[in-house]
Amino acid sequence: MTREMTGAKMVVEALKEQGVDTIFGYPGGAVLPIYDEIFLQNDIRHILVRHEQGAVHAAEGYARSTGKPGVVLVTSGPGATNAVTGLTDALLDSIPLVVLTGQVPTFMIGSDAFQEADTVGITRPCTKHNWLVKDTDKLSATLHEGFHVATSGRPGPVLIDIPKDVQFATGTYQSAKPTGSRYQPTVKGDMAEITELVAAIETAERPVFYTGGGVINSGPAACQLLRELVDATGIPITSTLMGLGAYPASGDNWLGMLGMHGLYEANLAMHDCDLMINIGARFDDRITGRIDAFSPNSQKAHIDIDPSSINKVIRIDIPIVGDVGHVLEDVLKVWKSRGRKVNREAIAKWQEQVSAWRKVNCLAYAGSEKTIKPQYALQRLEALTKDHDRYITTEVGQHQMWAAQYLNFEDPNRWMTSGGLGTMGYGFPASIGVQMAHPDALVINVAGEASWLMNMQEMGTATQYRLPVKQFILNNERLGMVRQWQELLHGERYSHSWSESLPDFVKLAEAFGAKGIICSDPADLDDAIMEMITHDGPVIFDCLVEKHENCFPMIPSGKAHNEMLMGEADTKGAIQAGGAVLV
Amino acid sequence: MSALHIKKGSTRHSAYNLRPTFSDQEERHTLAVLVENEPGVLARVIGLFSGRGYNIESLTVAEVDHTGHMSRITVVTTGTPQVIEQIKAQLGRIVSVHEVHDLTVEGDSVERELAIFKVVGDGDKRVEALRLADIFRANVVDSTLNSFIFEITGAPEKIDAFADLMRPLGLTEVARTGVAALLRGS
Ligand SMILES: Cc1ncc(C[n+]2csc(CCOP(=O)(O)OP(=O)(O)O)c2C)c(N)n1
Ligand SMILES: [Mg+2]
Repeated sequence: MTREMTGAKMVVEALKEQGVDTIFGYPGGAVLPIYDEIFLQNDIRHILVRHEQGAVHAAEGYARSTGKPGVVLVTSGPGATNAVTGLTDALLDSIPLVVLTGQVPTFMIGSDAFQEADTVGITRPCTKHNWLVKDTDKLSATLHEGFHVATSGRPGPVLIDIPKDVQFATGTYQSAKPTGSRYQPTVKGDMAEITELVAAIETAERPVFYTGGGVINSGPAACQLLRELVDATGIPITSTLMGLGAYPASGDNWLGMLGMHGLYEANLAMHDCDLMINIGARFDDRITGRIDAFSPNSQKAHIDIDPSSINKVIRIDIPIVGDVGHVLEDVLKVWKSRGRKVNREAIAKWQEQVSAWRKVNCLAYAGSEKTIKPQYALQRLEALTKDHDRYITTEVGQHQMWAAQYLNFEDPNRWMTSGGLGTMGYGFPASIGVQMAHPDALVINVAGEASWLMNMQEMGTATQYRLPVKQFILNNERLGMVRQWQELLHGERYSHSWSESLPDFVKLAEAFGAKGIICSDPADLDDAIMEMITHDGPVIFDCLVEKHENCFPMIPSGKAHNEMLMGEADTKGAIQAGGAVLV
Repeated sequence: MSALHIKKGSTRHSAYNLRPTFSDQEERHTLAVLVENEPGVLARVIGLFSGRGYNIESLTVAEVDHTGHMSRITVVTTGTPQVIEQIKAQLGRIVSVHEVHDLTVEGDSVERELAIFKVVGDGDKRVEALRLADIFRANVVDSTLNSFIFEITGAPEKIDAFADLMRPLGLTEVARTGVAALLRGS
């Protein structure tokens, strides 16, 4: 079906056709025609954020919690440049986004016009793909292609830059063609490699699944297949920060998160395994630690939709390019057809070893009756919210790692955090995006006070749309993670890692028309958390915690998985100067 | 010990054994990249190399199929085998890239480059320059009483050799196109 309409109207039409119900944005001169069209319709809800970075993170939260692409609309120049951090965040964490930017009219491009920026140039390295549309007739096809590229293969953010004259001009609208795009990444894995993986699973004595965000991106069906495979084989499973929830934390074979602040049992299982099955993870440096000592005795299989992830940092013996869901389906089929074999005896021994490691209880910490330990706060949060329809977002820092360690995720899409880029300021707007998608759910942003301030302007958005997001701030009055590194690697010289001049968070909440809660006594914590949960509206919870707590276990940069620091006692002299140059 | 039958080159024995299989030896590869001829596509390819710290030794680009709007980018790069594999995989990720061919491994290929040289001098040097040009099958495309411009086509090494010879004879300027390359046979 083709119809004549303005470019601005095409934008709204294409969004509707793509099934978009919510967009996050901020207007300005170069997008006024599109905002006019938004004004004239009721199908798509527009959420007015308070900063374009907030719009992109909100869209990320929306996308990550629904599996649908997040959509953003911002103006040219500063609107577009403010979106850059969010785009980079989404690129590194493979979050599908369609970001629409206004641009100065085509005849003014290159003249340093008011609010002109080379948006496609600036965002080329931080998008999966981007387009500058110079012809209204090509706009609708480009919009559809944008959705296709953002959501196919390894998902990611795309940006479509639309000059104002293209929005005003009339052209022909084209509907999306189901097979219209040349971009068709491989989804089915190679059967020979899959069979080789199954053969390895059949004989392995110490196998481990190492899973990542790719499982969640692949969708709920992929998570289901993963669960089936893990439970049928009895193979222990760990996950990256991005993959939490793909396999339930209550599952028998769950090892917990791995990596720099991962669990003892997870890291040792990775180090000692004889078969590592990487599913949708990418051997990030937070995971591998020292590359040349990474899992030295294992054969490694890697399932990934992005061929460039395979053999990028770690040499792979069984590479499988394909979508996790498709590949796991085939793995299960082949494994079943060959008689569901595993090396039961060896695996039972391996499970015993894992149990022994678990008994070390690496998450133990020194409790306190006087001050709230951040770990305790999260344990209480977990206990009091786990039966709710709950979604968690986080900021970046110690609190993020503690949240990953102490909160349990039973299902995918319930955990939204900035993994690859580590963007302070992500969690609050992300919680807004999640709450938009799940109006009745309990959405909690586990925050550090410093990160939270980075996008605190979004309080306005939360109150305007009556979004009952809970901002659970573990306030240590420190840039805690920075402080921890300074303590361990820089001779306790705490250069600029203090959070000075903090606001009174209760008054701040009230100033925005929200509720504020402050708590500093462990004895009051449960009641305070209950008050937060039961309040029907946005809450800022200022949880004053132990100021100098360190996050353990920790694999210092440049160390191997079996060189984990388990607590304060281990830190003396454990970290060499060499680690300090790594990030 | 594991009962696994592990393929040669696996990382099983020690991570330190990675070295021999993950070779440090730098190799020179010629890649042919077929791309959608759209604005910014060259910037995407070049940005990939600069952003990820890969080398570009030579780069040529031109539209090769006007109706299909396809351009061919020939890029000569150096790196360890692992880096070369990454470069190819990363190029393949670019949405506007249709095909990536590694002409260095896919078979015998023919590489040609065109260069023009300005050589200024008189007397014996001028005569010698002309004589060498003849040996190298370089053409004189412009001449004044004290200068020549030579045009030469060939593999990059031949052009390098010609440049070396011309330098003492008054070489003042060089313009090179970069490598164009095709696989031999059908
Ligand atoms: C935008 C940004 N700037 C700087 C950093 C570096 N950084 C990582 S964690 C951290 C401290 C975070 O402090 P806070 O939010 O209070 O969390 P805490 O570690 O205290 O729990 C900083 C500055 C970052 N990750 N992101
Ligand atoms: Mg803090």
